[in-house]
Formats: sequence, structure tokens, C-alpha cells
Amino acid sequence: MIRINGVSHQIAGAPILSDVTLTLPKGGITALIGPNGAGKSTLLSLMARLTRIQSGSISFDDADVAETPTQELAKRLSILRQDNVLTARLTVQDLVGFGRYPHHKGRPGPTDVKLVNDALQAMALTPLRTRFLDELSGGQRQRALVAMVLAQDTDYVLLDEPLNNLDMRHARQMMIRLQTAARTQGKSFVVVIHDINFAAAYADRIVALKDGRVLATGTPAEIVTPAMLNDIFDLDIVVQQIAGHPFALHQIAPPSTQ
Amino acid sequence: MRSDSTAPRFGLRLGLLGGAALIAVALFFVLGVPAGAWAFALKFRTGKVVALILVAFAISASTQLFHVTTRNQILTPAIMGFDALYLMIQTGLVYSIGGMAALSIDPVAKFSAEVVAMMVFSTGLFLWLFTAKSRDLHLLVLVGIIFGALFRSLSNFAARMIDPNDFVVVQGEMFARFNAVNLDLLWISIGLCAGTVPILWGMRHQFDVLALGRETAINLGLRYKRVMLISFATIGLLVSVSTALVGPVTFFGLLVTHLAYRFLPGARFGVTLIATTLVAIVTLVGGQAIFEHVLGFKGTLSVVIDMLGGLVFLTLLLKGAAK
Repeated sequence: MIRINGVSHQIAGAPILSDVTLTLPKGGITALIGPNGAGKSTLLSLMARLTRIQSGSISFDDADVAETPTQELAKRLSILRQDNVLTARLTVQDLVGFGRYPHHKGRPGPTDVKLVNDALQAMALTPLRTRFLDELSGGQRQRALVAMVLAQDTDYVLLDEPLNNLDMRHARQMMIRLQTAARTQGKSFVVVIHDINFAAAYADRIVALKDGRVLATGTPAEIVTPAMLNDIFDLDIVVQQIAGHPFALHQIAPPSTQ
Repeated sequence: MRSDSTAPRFGLRLGLLGGAALIAVALFFVLGVPAGAWAFALKFRTGKVVALILVAFAISASTQLFHVTTRNQILTPAIMGFDALYLMIQTGLVYSIGGMAALSIDPVAKFSAEVVAMMVFSTGLFLWLFTAKSRDLHLLVLVGIIFGALFRSLSNFAARMIDPNDFVVVQGEMFARFNAVNLDLLWISIGLCAGTVPILWGMRHQFDVLALGRETAINLGLRYKRVMLISFATIGLLVSVSTALVGPVTFFGLLVTHLAYRFLPGARFGVTLIATTLVAIVTLVGGQAIFEHVLGFKGTLSVVIDMLGGLVFLTLLLKGAAK
């Protein structure tokens, strides 16, 4: 269970998060949605100790983020940020292999090799495993980074816009992969998603942030409604039901407002 | 998958480099020895070869560590003027206590004090420059070159301010001199370099993780700040050793690291460090053997090395490796 308790954060005096309190049960996919600048990435950074918590507390199960040794946390939670610049010249399998570093500290065993192979397989990277990262496309590199985080094999996985740069096919495959891991291995994913329809189709719960506050928490059916989306994004959006999922037609203005 | 298992992949290449380094050292010993002077030459040349190998190690290790820690492959401690910082500390010492007093201090004690000062200064400066959240590499190149000019100018300025007699004391230190290696400091330099080996080798996996960048490193459980501090302090120490032994050589580190990176693409920190050091030994000892014993001091190796290294620097900048 993730407990976020009264977390506030300021950057250069400007409030980014104000008194965020959230409890996320273990297991399943939580989608973090909200307009630009709502504080989604900041919240993820605080959860993953990339940024020091200014006030409030965050804990994963019994491990408080501010107090647990960082090596311990690396075995419990992993994060992938959206702006990853890799300057080291690495092959795909070497990068994914680094995901096992918290467990083996540089001396991988058979389990590590297996988990790396599984992660490569899951992200459809096996044919590319010996390629250097700077020889890949943006989407392939993104998949390699996600594979690294999967190989880390933590109970909690925080992903900041993992669908960036992915084409439709790989975006869907990635969400299905996350869903499978959540269902079969009991993993918990917290995912910042911009495409509300991916959140509606794959998330077990959605947390909507706006102006640094939690605006709403609920199931996709509860959040993806015209009224709620208008609250969150200040935008009139038509929502239709397709195959049991709410589907937001956000690309076009509703006919009545044209 | 791990640095140890990449070793066999590069085994042949490391072997070739090792062979070349051995040949370079052998050449340095045997070239141009006058008949009957073997014993003298051997004794005389041993100290020099050891010093050159130490310099090769110190410059390659500090440069490679700097590349990993700052996540760029264009700047080096020497380009950032940290050898000039060392000279500045030295000139400052002579300026404040006078040349005779500086000469009368035990050279080893003086050197130790300078190394400590250097480690403190350089670590502070590095932390200030490189721990800010996002620094554009182009900005850093600019800042680095300006710092280099600043330190060099300051130490030149201090040199002009001091008594001409005192100046003689520091003058010898201010230019690269592979021909006249400072052998007084050989033992302590051996000790200092040996002291960094457990750090460099013992932490090689951590340096690999560090190279992935701050956020990925923290995600993987690296104690980021601690590793950064250790790395910067080690760089300060190694720069002091190489500058004390042979003076400032601006582009040597850049030249040898990039030769090694090209020769062993994708190798991990540990393997690359061995390769970089071997390349540096080949260049330095081999080059010096030719210049000293074949050309008879008719050229200066440091000029050739800086010219080649300078070309590498320009090529990297123009190729846009600074992206």
C-alpha cells in the first residue's frame, strides 16, 4: 500500500503540490492524470526519492521513503522518468541488465540473467538486444528503459509517461504487459498517462491532479465523464461507451459548441 | 551482462594493448643505450619509466572518472584547468612564504599539503559546477575553458608578483616536461596512485551506474552524493600527482580516453580503465622513447600530444558529440 500523507512541495517559492494525501492499495494500475503543470511528475519524483520531500511523508508498505536506505528502496520501487538522456554508450541488454544492479551489485547470477531476458522479451527487444542505444529510434529506446525498470522486478513501479514516443501497437502492448504483471504478479504501477483513453481502458483506478491538489480519485467509469473531465481539464469532452470502456473524444470539440 | 563477463569479449584487444605497452617500455629501456652503460642506463631509466607510467595512469583514470561523473566526454580535468589550479596553489604557497622557505620544506610534506588543498578546492568547485539540476553541456564547455584561462592567468599573475628568485622555484613546474620528471615525489606518488586503485576498481560497478545519470542511479539505489564526492576527491588527487610529476598537459587525457573508447566500444568502467591506462602508457612511454633516445631531444613530446589531443577535441566539438 502506498501512503502519501500531507505532502506539499514548492519550487522557488511557487507551490507545486499542496497537501496531497492519497492511499493507493497494493496491486493494479493507478493512472495519474491532469493538465500540464498539475504536479504529476513532481509527485512521482517525491515518491521515488529523486526529490527531497519538503513536508509530509510517503511510505510504501512499511518503508518510509525519507528514512529507508536507498539501496533497500531500490528493491521495492522503481521509477522511470520521462526525460532520460543516456550519454553512456550501452547496448540494450547492458542497459536492461542494470535493472538488476540493486539485487546483485555488479555480480549477476542466473536469476538476474533470466529476469533480464524476460524483460527484453516482454518489450519485444530480443532481436535488438546487442544494438547500441544511440542506434535505436526514440520508441525503441523508451521500450529499453521500461524493460530496465521491469527487470528491476520491484513491487511498486512508477512510470512517467511510458507511452512517450511509442506507436499505437507498442503503446497497446505495453499497457497489456503492465496489466498482466499487475494481475499475475501482484505488481503495483503508478503511471502518468496523457492519453485519457489508455487510462480508461487499462487503469484500475484514476487519480486526477489539478493545481497541485488531488481533484478526484475513482474508477475509470467514475472519472471519465464529461462533467469530471471538464473539471479537470477545463474542456468540453464528449464521452462514449465502447466495449465497456468510457471513451473520451477529446480531439474534437463537441458538436454543440462548434 | 556484467563488467566481468564483458572482459572476455575485449580480452584480445586488452592483450594487444598490453603487448604494445610492454614493447613501449622495453623500447624506452633499450633504445640508444651507449655500449657499456647498461647498468647506469637501467637505473636511470627505471625511475623515469615508473614516473611516466604513474602519469599515464593518473591522467587516464582522472579523465575517465571525470567523463563518467559529469556525463560528458568532451571536458577533461585538464581542459577545465585543474592542473592550472594545482599550479596556482603552488605559486600561491611560494608567494606567501617565499621561495627559500618553500624550498626548505620537505618536498614530500609540501606535496602532501598541496594534494589535500587541491582535493578540497577541486571537489568544492566540481560539486558547485556539476550538481546543479540541469546544466547544458555547451555551457559547461564554455565555463570550463574560462576557468582554465582564469587559473592559468592567476598563476601567471602570482608568478609575476613574486621575487624573481622565488619565481625560479615555481618556473620549472609550469610547463610540461616529460624529459625532466620530478623524481623527488616518486615514492609518495606511487603510494597515492596505489591508494586510488581499490577505490577505482572496488567501485567500478558503482561508476557504471553513476554514468547512467542522477535519476537512474538513484532509482538503482546508488548513494549518489557519496559516490560523486569520492569521485571528485579522487580526480583532485590524481590531477595533483600527474601535474606534480610532469606539469600540465592539456589534451593528453582527452586523446587517450577517446582512443580507448573507440577501441573498446561499450566496455564497462573497469575494462575501459585498463585500456585507457595501457593506451596512455603506449603513447607516453613509447613517444618519450622515440623523442628522447631516437630524436635525441630534438622535439617535444608534449607539443605533439597536445596537438593530436587538440585535434580530437576540435573533431568532437564539430561532430556534435556535445549533444
